[in-house]
This record gives sequence, structure tokens and C-alpha cells, in this order.
Amino acid sequence: MGQQTSLYQKHLDAGAKIVDFAGWDMPINYGSLIEEHKQVRNTAGVFDVSHMTVVDIGGTDAEKYLRYLLANDVAKLEEVGRALYSAMLNHDGNVLDDLIVYRMSFGYRIVVNCATRSKDLRWMIQNTDGYAVSIQERPRLAILAVHGPESIDKVCQAVEEDQANQIRLLKNFHGVELDRFFIARTGYTGEKGVEVILPDSDAPELWDKLLAAGVKPIGIGARDTLRLEAGMNLYGHDMDETTSPLAANMEITIAYEPEAREFIGKPALIAHKQLRDAGKLPELVGLVLEGRGVLRGGQKLVTDKGEGIITSGSFSPTLKHSIALARIPINSQSCEVDLRGTLTTVRIVKPNFVRFGKKVFE
Amino acid sequence: MSDIPDDLRYASTHEWIRINNDGTASVGISDHAQDALGDIVFVELPEPGSTVNAKDEVAVVESVKAASDIYSPVSGEITAVNEALVDAPETVNSSPYENGWFFKIKVGDENKLQELMDANTYSNHCNDE
Repeated sequence: MGQQTSLYQKHLDAGAKIVDFAGWDMPINYGSLIEEHKQVRNTAGVFDVSHMTVVDIGGTDAEKYLRYLLANDVAKLEEVGRALYSAMLNHDGNVLDDLIVYRMSFGYRIVVNCATRSKDLRWMIQNTDGYAVSIQERPRLAILAVHGPESIDKVCQAVEEDQANQIRLLKNFHGVELDRFFIARTGYTGEKGVEVILPDSDAPELWDKLLAAGVKPIGIGARDTLRLEAGMNLYGHDMDETTSPLAANMEITIAYEPEAREFIGKPALIAHKQLRDAGKLPELVGLVLEGRGVLRGGQKLVTDKGEGIITSGSFSPTLKHSIALARIPINSQSCEVDLRGTLTTVRIVKPNFVRFGKKVFE
Repeated sequence: MSDIPDDLRYASTHEWIRINNDGTASVGISDHAQDALGDIVFVELPEPGSTVNAKDEVAVVESVKAASDIYSPVSGEITAVNEALVDAPETVNSSPYENGWFFKIKVGDENKLQELMDANTYSNHCNDE
């Protein structure tokens, strides 16, 4: 038996099929992944993502420290509640993890992946030398992600009136501390929605209220197909500590300006840029297979410029055909995949397939 | 707990086989197998008229999660395939023992069916996995 979130019993009550996920007993689905996927695209669904690691950063040097630790620049967070997606790089300029950082009244809150928890905490602590900061893991916090076109309305039905009024005002990548809840317009599905970080003792009650408002529970299976359709990377699959963010479609999250800011991995990134300009760094692209068959992570690719590999692949329930993220030689024009022994042509597209329920690639 | 009808025989690779009145046998995958695969999105069927041996890979089923080969539980000639699965592969999830059959086969030697598992043995086999 693995670790369980405070909603484990709620998952069983909802008919979840439980699987091991990086040491946690998590719901893979509650019946049908495809139905859950459609629920999020069409209405609203709730994910228990309490297995993810929450780390609070305080102290007078918190901003200075995070500006050194992260490749994106927390100075962009102009007010409390704002959120930023960032890579945390090692000194080789490769991706140690990807994360969301929120500016809070007490400092900053970071949410990192659960499989990378100990490595990340070690790295964060190792790099505190010379900074007056405190780093505190918050294992007793739960996270509920509520996403879908009707998600905000449903969340507002599940909370107090004055809280609902503040939630309705939130813009994308903005959050607000409401009593014991922190609620932010962030997520991993390509739909509108919020993530609610709250004490784990409060999570079952909010879960029940969301379900009573018509929100359906969604497993980690649909979480994966939703994020893949949204072209969002999954750490450990689409990038890891051997991958440059420039080879993982993450350059937009690197804050090269202001030039005076030094951050971990920056000198190495400059070298990665030169490699890329010389055509020697691969790129992360989207692949589309309109015929039959399903692209899977690990499948080998042959392009006009060389070899590549699928990093994440699945069936897209929205598009009703297979899609994938793949790392291939830069500027490849054509691509074939080895599908169970048969070379099949696939189309190269921008790595973004579905936003707000609609196809977005050409 | 998955549904395992008493009147069928089962292969260790999770196919079921049912003797029909016309002398052919229908083959599909068990409730346990469809549940393990999850939502099925593509099915590849064998060629009608082809002759197959027991344990040959004759069909493929792909779910959101994984691809899986379907093996013929017996030797014989494929007499029909369930074309409805091409457009509605999810039928395998909703009706694994009835509408979700894959193919019909003219069994070469009916005695060979006795070498397959009965419902009880198959139930234990699923529990041991």
C-alpha cells in the first residue's frame, strides 16, 4: 500500500480504480477515462492532486533566492496571488523539474511534481547559501483542481458567497488567499479552472460540495490525456534532467531579461542556444496520426533530418485520433513512426492540440 | 469483481470462446481483460477466410492506455469478423461477451476446447495475476 491523500476514501466511494503513482495510491479513473475527459472539456471535473509537493518559501531574501533558483523571473509577480510557470535548471542548464510559483502574503509558494519531491527539496536547500530564506514543505495541504467551462460557476456554488465574489474576479494566473483556502486560476488541462490549496482536513468537505454542485471526479488517466491535448509537458517523459528547456518547448518560460540577473543554468543555456542555432539541438514538436493506431511514448521516429522519439503519446478523446509530443531533429519536414513494425507517416504540428474544447493546430 | 460466465472456455491470454449452434465458435476478450485495458479506441480484425493456429496473434485491440494482441484460442478457419467494432470499438468495453465478440472460427478439433480453462479455473487465474 502506498501513501494516500485525505480524499482516498472519497475516491473509493466514487468507484475509483486505484493505481500506484510514484508511491501514492491514486485514482486512474472512476469508470471511463474518455467520459471523464469529455466531462472536463464540456462541463466541469475535479482532480485530487494532493500528491503534488507544496513548498513555502519565506524570509527576507525569498525573492532574491528564487530569482537565482528559477529560470523564469519571480520579479514578474507584481502582486500577491500572481502565478508563474518556471523550470528549475541544474548547472548543465537541463530541467530538474517544472513548477508553478505563487506570490503569497508570507513570501512564495511552489508546487512541484511528486516523483521529484526529495530531489527538488535537496536542491532547494543546497542552494540557500548566502540567502536568508526558510524552506518549508507543506505535506498536510491538499490540492483540488477544478477544470472545465463550468468550473468557476460550480466552485462558486461550493464556497461562501463572499469567497465566490472574489473567485469570479480572478484572471488567468491570478490567485487569492481566502481564509484557509488559496485559490488560483492555474491548471493542466487547457480549460478554464482553478486549483484550490487547502488543509487536508478541509478537503473532503469541499470535495462533497463540488460533487453536489455537479462536478464529476476525474482520474489521473484523463489528467494525462487532457494535458497532452493542451500540449503541456509531463516531467520525466517530455523532459528530465538530461533535457535542455530549449529542446522541450520551454524557451518562452526562460527569462533572459534583465540581463544582469544570474540564475542557475544560465551560462549553460547560452551554449544550448548556440548548439540550436547550429541545428544541433533537437526540438519538441506535436505529432498527429489521423489514421488508425495510437502513438505511444518510446516509439521511434525517422525524419528527413535523422532520428527521433515520441516522449508522450495517446489517443485524443476530443479529436478522436492519436496525438503525441516528440523530440526530433530541428526543422524536420517529414516524419515516420514505427507503429508495431509498420512505418507510418505522421504530421508534424505545433505542440498544442486543443484549447477550450477546440482543435487549435493547422 | 469481473463477470466470468460459466458457459464459456477461457485462454490464459484472456480470450473467451463460445460454441455456436451453427458449428462455429465466437471469440472475444473477457470482462477482466476489457477492464484492465480501459477505454478501447481501435480494433484490428483478422481476414475472414484465413486459417489460423491456436495461440496465433490474429487481432489487435488498442485502448487509450495500451495496445494488446488477441490470440486465437484454437486452430481453425475464420468465418466471420465483427465489423461493427471498427466504428464502435467501445462495444468491447460495454458488452465483452455479447456484442463485443471479435471473430467466429470453424474449430478444427473441438476436443481442443477442453484444454482451455473453465470459468472457475479462469477466475483463479485472474486472481493470481
